Amino acid sequence: MFEIAEAPPATRLMLRGAPEVAARAGAAFGVVPPLEPCRANQAGERAALWLGPDEWLLLAPSDADATKLAAALEGLVHSLVDVSDGTEALLLHGAGAALALSAGCPLDLHPDAFPPGMATRTVLGRIGITLWRRGAADWWVEVARSQAAYARAFLAEAGRGW
Amino acid sequence: MIGSPRHEGMMQRLLVGRMFQGRLLPESMRTADGGRVERRTDIRFSFDGADYLGCGGDTLASALLANGVHLVGRSMKYHRPRGIVAAGAEEPNALVAVVRGGGRTTPNLRATQVELFEGLEAHSQNRWPSLNTDLGALVALAAPLLPAGFYYKTMMGPRGLGLWHRVFEPLVRRAAGLGRAPRVADPDRYARYYAHCDVLVAGAGPAGIAAALAAGRGGARTILCDEQAEPGGALLSEIAALIDGIPAREWLAQSLAELAAMPHVRVMPRTTAFGCYPHNMVGLAERVTDHLAAPSPDQPRERLWRVRARRIVLATGAIERPLVFPGNDRPGVMLAGAAREYLLRWGVKVGSRVVIATACDTAYRAALDLATAGVAVKLVVDLRAAADGPLPQAARAAGIAVLAGGRVLGTHLRGKRLDSVLLGRGDDGRRRWFDCDALLMCNGWTPAVHLHAQARGALRWEGERGVFLPGEPAPGVESIGACNGATDLAMALAQGAASGGGAVPVVEGEVPALPGPAHVDAAVAGDAFVDFQNDVRADDVRQAVAEGFHAIEHVKRYTAGGLGTDQGKTGNMNLLALAAAARGTPIPELGTTTFRPPYTPVSFGTLAGPARGEMFDPVRTTPLHAQAVAEGAVFEDVGQWKRARYFPQAGEDMHAAVRREVATTRAAAGLFDASTLGKIEVVGPDAAIFLDRLYLNAIATLKPGRCRYGVMLSEAGFVMDDGVMARLAPDRFHVTTTTSGAAHVLAHMEDYRQTEWPELRVWLTSTTEHWAVLAVQGPRARDVLAPLVAGDISAAALPHMAVRDLKVAGIPARMMRVSFSGEQGFEVNAPARHAPALWDALRPRIAAAGGTVYGTEAMHVLRAEKGYIIVGQETDGTVTPGDLGMAIGRGKGDFIGRRSLARPDMLAADRRQLVGLLSDDPALVLEEGAQIVAQSAPPPGTKALGHVTSSYFSPALGRSIALALLAGGRERTGERLFVPLARGSIGVAVAAPVFLDPQGGRLHV
Repeated sequence: MFEIAEAPPATRLMLRGAPEVAARAGAAFGVVPPLEPCRANQAGERAALWLGPDEWLLLAPSDADATKLAAALEGLVHSLVDVSDGTEALLLHGAGAALALSAGCPLDLHPDAFPPGMATRTVLGRIGITLWRRGAADWWVEVARSQAAYARAFLAEAGRGW
Repeated sequence: MIGSPRHEGMMQRLLVGRMFQGRLLPESMRTADGGRVERRTDIRFSFDGADYLGCGGDTLASALLANGVHLVGRSMKYHRPRGIVAAGAEEPNALVAVVRGGGRTTPNLRATQVELFEGLEAHSQNRWPSLNTDLGALVALAAPLLPAGFYYKTMMGPRGLGLWHRVFEPLVRRAAGLGRAPRVADPDRYARYYAHCDVLVAGAGPAGIAAALAAGRGGARTILCDEQAEPGGALLSEIAALIDGIPAREWLAQSLAELAAMPHVRVMPRTTAFGCYPHNMVGLAERVTDHLAAPSPDQPRERLWRVRARRIVLATGAIERPLVFPGNDRPGVMLAGAAREYLLRWGVKVGSRVVIATACDTAYRAALDLATAGVAVKLVVDLRAAADGPLPQAARAAGIAVLAGGRVLGTHLRGKRLDSVLLGRGDDGRRRWFDCDALLMCNGWTPAVHLHAQARGALRWEGERGVFLPGEPAPGVESIGACNGATDLAMALAQGAASGGGAVPVVEGEVPALPGPAHVDAAVAGDAFVDFQNDVRADDVRQAVAEGFHAIEHVKRYTAGGLGTDQGKTGNMNLLALAAAARGTPIPELGTTTFRPPYTPVSFGTLAGPARGEMFDPVRTTPLHAQAVAEGAVFEDVGQWKRARYFPQAGEDMHAAVRREVATTRAAAGLFDASTLGKIEVVGPDAAIFLDRLYLNAIATLKPGRCRYGVMLSEAGFVMDDGVMARLAPDRFHVTTTTSGAAHVLAHMEDYRQTEWPELRVWLTSTTEHWAVLAVQGPRARDVLAPLVAGDISAAALPHMAVRDLKVAGIPARMMRVSFSGEQGFEVNAPARHAPALWDALRPRIAAAGGTVYGTEAMHVLRAEKGYIIVGQETDGTVTPGDLGMAIGRGKGDFIGRRSLARPDMLAADRRQLVGLLSDDPALVLEEGAQIVAQSAPPPGTKALGHVTSSYFSPALGRSIALALLAGGRERTGERLFVPLARGSIGVAVAAPVFLDPQGGRLHV
């Protein structure tokens, strides 16, 4: 019905600040942090997820991006914090992934309501997650490192019996 | 009317034991053709140990009836023999336990909803030792002693007699309740899902299907659910009418096929919409495996669906009302509509010679269909003065005798089955026994407004038919079909289609049933039951009203009418009518009882879903969990975290291990996993101002590269959390919180940032799980670390309370000179992925230095020896910083809680203050939580001076130590007080709370 894979370790940066911070970060990072709520912009292995009006999660393959970004943002009021090891990403692939997620996530995951390119903080059962739909049947689930085992077990259980 | 046990035993062999020369006898009451069952598949099942045959598509009820079995249970209070009354969810009597082995026992299932499968094992309930020979039926002899409110009255008996405890409670407890819960854990799996749709249609009868078709054709995301195995509702037993020119059943098949072909429509059979909740949420319980002989272990037994629907369309139908007459509860007395459904849907004749009693035209449909099937319909007794509608006329035309203005005056039981009824005519006193084996009754139909009312929709009284219909609905909810008062197929289909703006199907060939009021004989007495399941008679209702229970909610509670597992689906309207008559009040003035979910019982497992065992709550482990396991750690639960409590070596118990860990750390070095500490990165030009307002300590003056202990107060001035502020840069702090306070402190900070001080340019980011924390503590801590560190960590370069980014074993780390042990201490923060490598680098060096790994228990002792508090142990939400001996720095500005600290009560000299306690006996470790008093033998009522907050054996002092909160404690240093315990009073001396190295020399080396 669907597969769960673990994403390779990534650099995760939590960026906070005004829209001009997003604009300048975008130029340095290669992906513009979206100003539209609950959207994710993606280019290759880099992505920027809108999590709040002044809050973005930036995903990149290496920590060289952090240094580059910090330099580019010098002089602008902002907060850039490395949170790379705080979460893991579970990659869900398959037509049944949305149903399994809906076992613990109360949001409407129909493509009309949660289209590809949408991302948001939400819950999965008893834990908080950041959920990003990368494609019709592809999901990126950011989950706290200590709760990843729960998330995997929860999703596997939710996918049984269909 | 109960036969002797011996007689009943004979009946058992004659009638129920279907085995004949080793073969099962064929069903005696199945029609030759018709119905929707698969006659070619024989399904063997057992009921109370006797084997029977049924057909594919049967319910347990239809299969039992096909075998001529009517007696299926005993009533709750009087243990009267009871039979199947209904054909659906409303069944009050036929409750059975289905046993599947291995803890798979489900009590209180309605036989009308249990689908037959090969090998089904069902048992009747509420009888002992057997259904036929039930000693509990002797209770019926005491019926005059068990009036309405029996439970309450016996409880009110004179004190001292002990009648309740000795006599009644054991009796009632044994007799009370239906069925028996299994004693072993439920081995089945259950699942829960959320779902969303534009239109949720509850009920797949004609109205619901028309609504789903209209919604689906319009492109709406639609869910159509139905509690039965087969969608169709009344259409499943409709054989005469044409819809859009084709037979109704064919229209049903076509409609279901069309719905199945729509990808945005989901039809869910075996799925009960059991509750309507706020914001258009509907709870659905889907039965997945109960009907299967051999379910796949992968499949959950049931699924709970929490559906958010833009529109909720309720097409839940109507429930037929029984008549209230003496003996109306005999096996063989059942609802006329149910009898017709058994015939047309399952091909089962509920009797060979039937009498029908009705106050409603629809019963004539049963009369006509049964007569057509060859059943002798001996008489239709119409309780109305005249019976002249099209249906009664059709019955007369078919040669069925109709007695208008008749009455049912009694019934007679032979063995386990009705054998005759006593009928009368009007008030002329003439009466006559009629021989029959089934009495079918109809007192009109009660619209199933349960979900509408649960959603807080209003009800309106419709006097002409004596029903409550949906009034003003909750937003987004509408009712269609029979639950909205539709009385025939055409009306149901029209309402359904209209709900979705669809074309209205054309119906032909349906003889209309004229509406009329329900019949209530206000004076009916004796064994005239209103609520079958809870044995409530008309007498009880009148008595409750006579005793002053006037509100219907009170009548319900006093009589227990409507309190059964069926929630009074069949009985409530009769109860209401009788109560209204007894009060002389119109029914609408009395109102209805509250409709509460669930509509039908839902398994606890379904509600719990997967949240049990390991999945009940997430188990959080640190990045060093595997290392701790390898070291042989014993873990403790700290919230959701598993933390290493101690590391026993061979032969060590906890006390020995902790003493060794503490002593070794003080003598050499210790390694401790502190990763669960909460961590928040506070960044922005105003970060220092922000923290200065949140903590009572001076943060603004902290220099970059330095750390400071911080205490956070609530607005009331009480200690809420503590931690270390490490200033990494002028605009960047690494703030730690307690393990348990991490989420709460971040939320508290965000609250103030967003709502109180939005002008501050500062942001908060949780880094709790990004950083693993390895604490290296002890006089040789630096020796352990130094060779691994690229940089100078000497006391001069990295003094106590300094912070620096350094590489340790090649790993980028945030190194802090902080100590929760009182020793020279380093806390190495490393990105979580590197934590195991860092541990592996440090572990041999710790060993080489003669050190140890230690757990949370040793950590507690180390800090207690130093008098360091733990929030939540030394504090309980009523402790001020002053109570703990903490002063506010001079020049410190305003901060949360400061104003409260100025209140006189907060400055009182007799507040409980943190002190140390040394027991007279140095080997005795006080109990945490023990109270402290001034006298060794305090008289009862003596007010405690304080209590023990922490207590350990201190390896450093070679004796026990304790921390305590004590009234005016600091002034009492040196006083001798007492800790009174059950085994005797313990003398203690009040001491300063710092037991070791009060000057802190060991920290700074």
